[in-house]
Amino acid sequence: MLLTERERLHDELAELVTRYGRDRSSLLFILQEVQRRHYHISQYAMQVIADLLDIHPVEVHSVVSFYSFLDERPQGQFVIRLCRTITCDMAGKDHVARQLENDLGIKFGETTPDGKFSLDWANCLGMCDRGPALLVNQQVHTQVTPEKVHGILQECRQTFGVHATSDGRETRT
Amino acid sequence: MAKPTPTAGVSTRAPASQRSRTAEMLQHAKAMGKTIEVAIDGSPIAVPLGTSILEAAGQLGIRIPTLCYHEDLCLAGVCRVCVVEIEGQRTLQAACSYPISSPINVKTHTSKVRRARRHIIDLLLSSHVGECYTCSRNQSCELRELAAEYGVDFFRFGHVQKPRYEIDASSHAVVRDMNKCVLCRRCIRTCIDLQEVGVLEALYRGNRSKVGTFLDRPLADVVCINCGQCINRCPTGALRANDPTDEVWDAIDDPRKHVLIQTAPSPRAAIGECFGLEPGHAVTFELNTALRRCGFDRVFDTDFSADLTIIEEGVELLLRLKRALVDGDASVALPQFTSCSPGWVKYVEHFYPERLAHLSSAKSPQQMFGALLKTYYAQINELDPRDIVTVALMPCSAKKFECNRPEMCASGHKDIDYGLTTRELAKMIHEAGIDLLKLPKSGFDDPFGTATGSGVIFGATGGVMEAALRTVVELVTGLKIEKLFDHADVIPVRGFEGIRYAELPISQIGPVPELVAHLFDNWDFLKDVTLKVGVAHGTANAKRVMEDIKAGGRFSQCHFIEFMACPGGCLGGGGQPSPTSPAIRAARA
Ligand code: SF4
Ligand code: SF4
Ligand code: FES
Ligand code: FES
Repeated sequence: MLLTERERLHDELAELVTRYGRDRSSLLFILQEVQRRHYHISQYAMQVIADLLDIHPVEVHSVVSFYSFLDERPQGQFVIRLCRTITCDMAGKDHVARQLENDLGIKFGETTPDGKFSLDWANCLGMCDRGPALLVNQQVHTQVTPEKVHGILQECRQTFGVHATSDGRETRT
Repeated sequence: MAKPTPTAGVSTRAPASQRSRTAEMLQHAKAMGKTIEVAIDGSPIAVPLGTSILEAAGQLGIRIPTLCYHEDLCLAGVCRVCVVEIEGQRTLQAACSYPISSPINVKTHTSKVRRARRHIIDLLLSSHVGECYTCSRNQSCELRELAAEYGVDFFRFGHVQKPRYEIDASSHAVVRDMNKCVLCRRCIRTCIDLQEVGVLEALYRGNRSKVGTFLDRPLADVVCINCGQCINRCPTGALRANDPTDEVWDAIDDPRKHVLIQTAPSPRAAIGECFGLEPGHAVTFELNTALRRCGFDRVFDTDFSADLTIIEEGVELLLRLKRALVDGDASVALPQFTSCSPGWVKYVEHFYPERLAHLSSAKSPQQMFGALLKTYYAQINELDPRDIVTVALMPCSAKKFECNRPEMCASGHKDIDYGLTTRELAKMIHEAGIDLLKLPKSGFDDPFGTATGSGVIFGATGGVMEAALRTVVELVTGLKIEKLFDHADVIPVRGFEGIRYAELPISQIGPVPELVAHLFDNWDFLKDVTLKVGVAHGTANAKRVMEDIKAGGRFSQCHFIEFMACPGGCLGGGGQPSPTSPAIRAARA
């Protein structure tokens, strides 16, 4: 990373710390915000946050590694998490999974080379009565079929070029 | 008696034990801040509100097994080995972390409790790579003891055989084998809360969770100061010191090698514990005999070089004071910090690099002795330094790191070849079939056999500084003083428990003694100077003092501060016998 880029990140984190408070209880808010903006929390970011909050870097790493929605490695702008728990499994999650892999050209656990999409598994999303269910960032889609996958991806792609935000709408399709 | 709280109007589906208990506590509001009568296994006892069941039971002499609980550490309540039954409650409660807030009736070994404990132990064993024969802790493993106590005679939930993790032996001091870890988090609480170094934390989640370092790096690559406090508090063999006993035996067995050992005072005060003695019995002279029988060619007393360190540090302090007071040199790094605790030195290097100049430039007693042996001693005994193997018995795991520091070979040879901890030497003595306690006494070898007595208190905290100051006062005033602190004003510092501060006015000055006549013309600059000194042990305390210095507080005005990385100084070192507790450390002093 270029020095200037680091400096920019440092200033950004300092600003976040000021906003949420210089206290270890602000950690999660700060991490969520960093994840939202940068699609991951880099080693350097973890160190800077620890320094600014006066805690140990390993404590930040501990929190980041604990939560599935915080990532150490860069994720795509859209992280698609397909439920693999029993009800969705019985409702045909395998077909949906195959379709996602085909359309994106990546396997689960991978990110597209352009950094737009990541595929991952999730456990029960609480939508068992309307499985298979998946999450696109924070937006839930239920009763997903292989046919619907194309539309879901298309909807994501439309936001590129404009201001891609990972703020999901709370609507359910 | 715990009764489900009738919450008016709200019907709740939560089981009785999980319903809000606030109303019930109010019922006993009169007891708030006072004592509460409880019964444990039928014995009544009155305890202050908030006492844990474990503490209350302890007062009654009832033992409840524990694993994640440790006297030195904050509560975690994660292992559940200490579960007990409380009459009227549906679920079992963890005795270590259940604060008594109402009159309860506790049963500590009902069949429900015993079955639950057994299951918990079975579950712990199912993912623990137990190879007890080859384990460094096979005599002192708390998990093995629990299994024996609860009659575990088969592996109900299986038993992993294949290691999941690579052993991290990158550090000179601490070896981590996470296959034996039971996730009690004692090491984490030691490193983060007790020592405030912050190397270890729990990483990941669920069945992937493990104790790790920042980014899961090897221990040698992170800020670990090698204090070994985590080793002393680990209940299993997951953490151990990097053990060079095989190399030491090889050197002893090699007829060409002249193997020398120096022993520090603290291990001599504690090694008896490995042979069944109560803490607090020094076996210095029996140990000398044992070491000779093991095959060491000479046995020396580290006190000798401790005296050298003290003189060097004392004179260095005088020189710094002269530069500051006579030459008016504002760049002189004062207060001067002691440098004999290698954990503390590494702590400064990582966390306060801007203060490195404050560290005394004197080598630690261990390293001074090594350098002497490979130069002066080799010369007078007409030995080739390459044939000399120097071993140091230390209470410390950081000493292993120190002797491997690349700069510690000014003589062209490694000053100290191997650092042994108290535990490792005890193992060697056992291995040689020697019954330490029955041995005749024998003295140390010459020419290094005469120490002054300053060195003997090196191990207890306050020792280095006290001895160095005594030297300073002796040089300056020409007076001998027995107990420095009888002459000094020990001023209590509020908010700094475990940290000492004292002022010592220099009321008279004498002539400059021969020894330092080439360095000083007179002592006029010290006339009416009040020496201000501090002592801090444990890196958490050291951090307090360093922050105080940064903020320009009382300690920034000090002239000399002694720091030690371990709580309780060397007597509580990371190489001392396990287990450790405040009582054991006090007894060793
Ligand atoms: S040796 Fe000391 S600093 Fe290193 S991990 Fe253990 S407790 Fe922490
Ligand atoms: S390494 Fe030892 S002290 Fe640390 S969590 Fe594991 S068993 Fe407990
Ligand atoms: S099983 Fe998929 S949402 Fe519950
Ligand atoms: S000792 Fe009480 S929960 Fe571990």
